Amino acid sequence: MAFNLDSKVPEGPLAEKWTNHRFNLKLVNPANKRKFKVIVVGSGLAGASAASSLGEMGYNVDCFCYQDSSRRAHSIAAQGGINAAKNYPNDGDSVRRLFYDTIKGGDYRAREANVYRLAEVANDIIDQCVAQGVPFAREYGGLLDNRSFGGAQVSRTFYARGQTGQQLLIGAYQSLSRQIAQGSVKMHVRSEMLDLVMVDGHARGIVVRNLVTGEITRHAADAVLICTGGYGNVFYLSTNAMGCNVTAALQAYKRGAGFANPCYTQIHPTCIPVASDHQSKLTLMSESLRNDGRVWVPKKKDDDRAPNDIPEEERDYYLERRYPSFGNLVPRDVASRAAKERCDAGHGVGTTKLAVYLDFADAISRLGEDVIRARYGNLFQMYEKITAENPYKVPMRIFPAVHYTMGGLWVDYNLQTTIPGLFCLGEANFSDHGANRLGASALMQGLADGYFVAPYTVSDYLANHGAMDADKKVTTSHAEFDKVEGEVRARIDKLMAIKGTKSVDHFHKRLGLIMWENCGMGRTAEGLKQALVEIPKVREEFWKDVRIPGDVAEFNPELEKASRVADFLDFAETMCHDALTREESCGGHYREEHQNEEGEAQRDDVNFVNASVWEYMGEGAAPELTKEELIFENVKLTTRSYK
Amino acid sequence: MRITLHVWRQKNSTDTGGMKEYTVDGVSEDMSFLEMLDLVNENLINEGKEPIAFDHDCREGICGTCSLMINGIAHGPDAAITTCQLHMRSFKDGDAIHIEPWRSLAFPVVRDLVVDRSSFDRIVQAGGYVSINAGAAQDANCLPIPKPDSDTSMDAAACIGCGACVASCPNGSAMLFVSAKIGHLAHLPQGQPERYKRARDMVAQMDAEGFGACSNHYECEAVCPKEIPVKFIAKMNRDFFKATMCSES
Ligand SMILES: Cc1cc2nc3c(=O)[nH]c(=O)nc-3n(C[C@H](O)[C@H](O)[C@H](O)COP(=O)(O)OP(=O)(O)OC[C@H]3O[C@@H](n4cnc5c(N)ncnc54)[C@H](O)[C@@H]3O)c2cc1C
Ligand code: FES
Repeated sequence: MAFNLDSKVPEGPLAEKWTNHRFNLKLVNPANKRKFKVIVVGSGLAGASAASSLGEMGYNVDCFCYQDSSRRAHSIAAQGGINAAKNYPNDGDSVRRLFYDTIKGGDYRAREANVYRLAEVANDIIDQCVAQGVPFAREYGGLLDNRSFGGAQVSRTFYARGQTGQQLLIGAYQSLSRQIAQGSVKMHVRSEMLDLVMVDGHARGIVVRNLVTGEITRHAADAVLICTGGYGNVFYLSTNAMGCNVTAALQAYKRGAGFANPCYTQIHPTCIPVASDHQSKLTLMSESLRNDGRVWVPKKKDDDRAPNDIPEEERDYYLERRYPSFGNLVPRDVASRAAKERCDAGHGVGTTKLAVYLDFADAISRLGEDVIRARYGNLFQMYEKITAENPYKVPMRIFPAVHYTMGGLWVDYNLQTTIPGLFCLGEANFSDHGANRLGASALMQGLADGYFVAPYTVSDYLANHGAMDADKKVTTSHAEFDKVEGEVRARIDKLMAIKGTKSVDHFHKRLGLIMWENCGMGRTAEGLKQALVEIPKVREEFWKDVRIPGDVAEFNPELEKASRVADFLDFAETMCHDALTREESCGGHYREEHQNEEGEAQRDDVNFVNASVWEYMGEGAAPELTKEELIFENVKLTTRSYK
Repeated sequence: MRITLHVWRQKNSTDTGGMKEYTVDGVSEDMSFLEMLDLVNENLINEGKEPIAFDHDCREGICGTCSLMINGIAHGPDAAITTCQLHMRSFKDGDAIHIEPWRSLAFPVVRDLVVDRSSFDRIVQAGGYVSINAGAAQDANCLPIPKPDSDTSMDAAACIGCGACVASCPNGSAMLFVSAKIGHLAHLPQGQPERYKRARDMVAQMDAEGFGACSNHYECEAVCPKEIPVKFIAKMNRDFFKATMCSES
């Protein structure tokens, strides 16, 4: 059964769509708002902003997160900044330019109308955050400072030292705290959504496990918002937090929500390389470092000399060589692939040979160590803490790492999934970044969705479909809740009953390796087919041989991990199917079969100007594909060139 | 390296708990402290025993989830980092390491090394915000803020809410945490309308949660992974006194 994908993009000129649409959306009378309950799963930028805004409007909100406090969602880790087209530097920025850069950066695989709206509301986000007390960087005149970021020729990135995500999240957390104090939002921490409950085709609630007591609880509502972040941890090693997962989105997918472009993964070029088998996560070194650092590898293969012993003429500054006009500042996908190409060709450095140098020697001799310290001091310190090497003296070693997932639950212009009443916000949805996300635009999207889009569109859904009368409301005693809770319990019991011999991490690492090798930076039909053979084997073994110590009814981190890894094992194949059927290279998706003579990505604008939306067909069965054609009326599709 | 660990084990909040000894071989200096614990847990699981529960998420020093007393020092021997940023090269072969959870009445133990810090959230709920609804803001540049004020605000806002300050204080005081939130907002014009009410309400909640008072030991500042200075406590006290003296509502 193919999806009927109605994007609900409003009529009219691009710049007027959102204004017109807002006018046409139905409102809920203030006195009636408190008769509705909305569930928000997730308290990152998307979830916290949505929950607090809906609370402010007068709805009853139940918000959930798996951490011990809503303030710890992984949005906290974002370093670089957030974009907006304020044009404060007077350098020619505009809503239209931000829209254009984002569409182009995404390699023309996002929906025009959504991206335009994102650019439009971005300015409101900055206003909102400043009013909340977010201490953005300022100039001596007291006005806000901007910096530049990859993929743009204007300075439009607002930042708070190297902790922009933290400060934006704290702002949203404060607003959320205010609503919690006022009683409009009830916060459930250390609570993990394990399944979605649907009644008559509409999302009507969730089933949750309390991670402290192990208790399984039911929660009914008039609408459900999934704001659970990205699934980069399917690769085991990534820049994501340890708990980031696909669970909520996967359960929605299994219950009938379309999953769009699951293979679009962003691999960030500048991360600290893997040091050993014990490595549990990868640390990002901000993109901004490429403003002053030069990337190189030795010209000689397997060169074991220390970097400072390699003379200038024996170094290959391969980004400057291949891309003379952008040099070290090419976009993330291009920089990552180029590093992999050099390492594959035997020029990698460090003990593992899976690293390239990022060298600041030139910048230090030109600007002085103090200037470099002022710009990047905290990053250099972080690097030294992890590697015990001083980057002022020795070049940094860096390598690409999984960072962000552009794919996610398919949503229409209203951020509603293919399941009525189920909305998806933030990194968890697929909407705005196409095949490649530009720096500083994820924070913007999460807050746009939560503060300025969902409050309107969710209200419209409630006005049209919400049951006002108490006796018409779905309650947790509905038979569907019995059924779903039963399934959740059965699955947990099944996991606990395996009592095998290998740890959860053992399986997660194996899955991660399969995905990294076959569905990572470079993908081939052969590799993807191989992954589709190997993943089910690991899954089968997992369900026979995983060992989860402890009990169900207690704080049990191994059980939490097992449940998440089981979901990654279910999900990974859909990513591979998606990568296999997308017979082109675009953005972060690079099919080695589709490159030009110079090794650059080759898009296919005849057959693939679409979003691939997958429908779950059962465990082990191939999912079914429906395509949403993307219509470009305002931009011309061109080849991205950084030469 | 071979390391001997003495770890606090406690099944749940009602269990009495106690120290247990473990030996772990094959620790490399590149490992982070938490990766060393991962290794211990992998071994325990393979032996059919229950792994050690500890809190962590971002593993890069920003989420504030990790929380261990390592040889009696919150976040371990190195200054200005969190437990997850500590690496085993700070230890040597044959070392014995004592690991305990945060120690404070207001942070009850959940299991082993995991504690309940929801008291921090309740303190923020008591007033640690600016009352502004989404959509009600004026243009961000309408209100210039002197850079030094904004920088000071950011110094305080850098707090990650980990609770190391409380765990290290002989009085179990939360003054550094609370003053960081109050200081963050008090240095901005946006924080002025509710400034004194905020100080009064947050301090009242802090007391209600059972945190102790500050008697100037400054242990908090010494262990703070974000190096938040105690001057914010003095500033908070001034705001608090003003709030109670003037007792405006
Ligand atoms: C190291 C790093 C640096 C970055 N830097 C930047 C940057 O400079 N600029 C930029 O724009 N973007 C950046 N990004 C990307 C950006 O931070 C994220 O895409 C964005 O913050 C995601 O926000 P979110 O609200 O969608 O999800 P998250 O912040 O990940 O929040 C997810 C929430 O869902 C909850 N949750 C998850 N699963 C469940 C479940 N099953 N049940 C209940 N709750 C659940 C979690 O508890 C959490 O509250 C960076 C990302 C990383 C990893
Ligand atoms: S795990 Fe996030 S600060 Fe240590």
